[in-house]
Amino acid sequence: MFLVVFAPFITPYDPHKMQAGDRLKPPSSAYWCGTDIFGRDLLSRVMIATRLTLGTSICVVIVIAFFGILIGSISGYYRIAGAILMRLVDAMMAFPSMLIALFLASIMGPSFITVMIAIAAVYTPRLARLVHGVTLTVSTNTYVASAKAVGVGEFRILTRYIILNALSPIIVQCSFLLANVILILAVLDFLGVGFPPDVPSWGNIIATSRVYVTRAPWLLIFPGLAISMTVIAINIIGDTLRDAFDPRAHVQI
Amino acid sequence: MIPIMLLVGIICFLLIHLTPGNPAELMLGPHADVTSIEALTKKMGYDQPIHVQLVKWFSMVLQGDFGVSVYSRKPVISTIARRAEASFIIALGATFFFSIFGILIGIISAKKRNSWLDQASMTLSLTLASMPSFWIGLNLMLIFSATLNWLPSSGYPGVLGTGDITNLRYLILPCLTIAIPSSGLIARLTRSFVIDILSMDYVTTARSKGLRESVVIIKHVLRNALIPVVAVIGTYFAEIMSLSVVVETVFNVPGVGRLVVESILQRDYPTLQALLMIIAGLYVIINFLCDIIYAILDPRIQYD
Repeated sequence: MFLVVFAPFITPYDPHKMQAGDRLKPPSSAYWCGTDIFGRDLLSRVMIATRLTLGTSICVVIVIAFFGILIGSISGYYRIAGAILMRLVDAMMAFPSMLIALFLASIMGPSFITVMIAIAAVYTPRLARLVHGVTLTVSTNTYVASAKAVGVGEFRILTRYIILNALSPIIVQCSFLLANVILILAVLDFLGVGFPPDVPSWGNIIATSRVYVTRAPWLLIFPGLAISMTVIAINIIGDTLRDAFDPRAHVQI
Repeated sequence: MIPIMLLVGIICFLLIHLTPGNPAELMLGPHADVTSIEALTKKMGYDQPIHVQLVKWFSMVLQGDFGVSVYSRKPVISTIARRAEASFIIALGATFFFSIFGILIGIISAKKRNSWLDQASMTLSLTLASMPSFWIGLNLMLIFSATLNWLPSSGYPGVLGTGDITNLRYLILPCLTIAIPSSGLIARLTRSFVIDILSMDYVTTARSKGLRESVVIIKHVLRNALIPVVAVIGTYFAEIMSLSVVVETVFNVPGVGRLVVESILQRDYPTLQALLMIIAGLYVIINFLCDIIYAILDPRIQYD
């Protein structure tokens, strides 16, 4: 098993060491990642951005998961609702993810809520699709029919039997979803429609570094590295989860 | 396909009516005065009931008239048409690059499964696919334009207009920026498909028939593995559109993607509506085509 675990950039503390006096210095022993045009320590900014990005992404994924599972399982279980809902989902999926996110984000102005709604709107249809498919498969199992025959209430059937058994592919998909959410969040920030500009986030930092890229390339490199490494780590976790859940895999003792 | 297009059209139309209040207010911004808002409302017909607006918009669209851009005062269609060239070339070039590259690497990795070559290329693919595209683009710009000065870093004077084919070099970096993460994804996908196929019986049969390995690969493995890969590449078109938005902004290429960003920032909603409609429409059509190709290539699938 090829398992390389990168440590994602998770920081528990919050150093507000901004606005020192030195500007545009290359990485040195005093400032590990160098400074930007206002003399702010890049490492601190990247760390704060990390907390922000990770926190937001996880929130968004929870929201997406909630609505996705809700819509998906209902449409998988009840055929008529399913037909209508899936048509809607198809229509939503016809739009490139970026466009919808950009559009919604621009209407609502840069803020935390904007970002959440925009990204959720993009990815919920996809998750709903998946849940729908899984629900369809799981519903045909005999234990569902037997539960119905015994007289278990509909809601209980949905929650205890169907969703519980559908969870493993959902969890795998959610981990990849987290990676995608982080990426799209970075792009939105980069284009200026994500978080407010005074709040440091990875995309923001990269966007502002564009002008000085030849003089101060470290401004570009470090936030980008942070994004890449986090996303890679999440992808690896997702891969591992998927392999673990795969019933075809051989268990090696 | 038609019901989806209808739904797509309705969603496109409704998007600018999402917020409470007049779309004209949105367009002119929070500081506009009442008279200009009223003028714009009347001009764009926003004061009429929604279903009337919807019908009117649809009839305009079906005639190919998307209205006039609020910002540039020119017909939306002509702006989009002018910009389509750059985006089209980038999309085509990028698809070409990443398809060939990704599929090749995927096949090679699958053949030499679990060797160090396989591990290394899969790790590389994962790494490349995880990087944000604009970061890759900026890095490429940094390396190839700023430091080495091999390739131009921004703009695109156009090929059809100037008749100068060497202008294509402006598009090399944007193409690569899209192609690199995508090829990682396609490589991983191809590899898993090919691995599945390699374990199937007909491959063993072909080998035991004494066929040369290359023939086995090409005739049997490839033909079957490529089917889902092609389908994926087709559905990837939407992602390419998304990526091109970013890439065109980074490299300052006057294409459709950047037009989207500009019209969002300028609140040019007629253009946006048109763009969304066209892009979504293209996506639906391409998906449909991919389904057909899939059905042709795989004789097991039958469509009514």
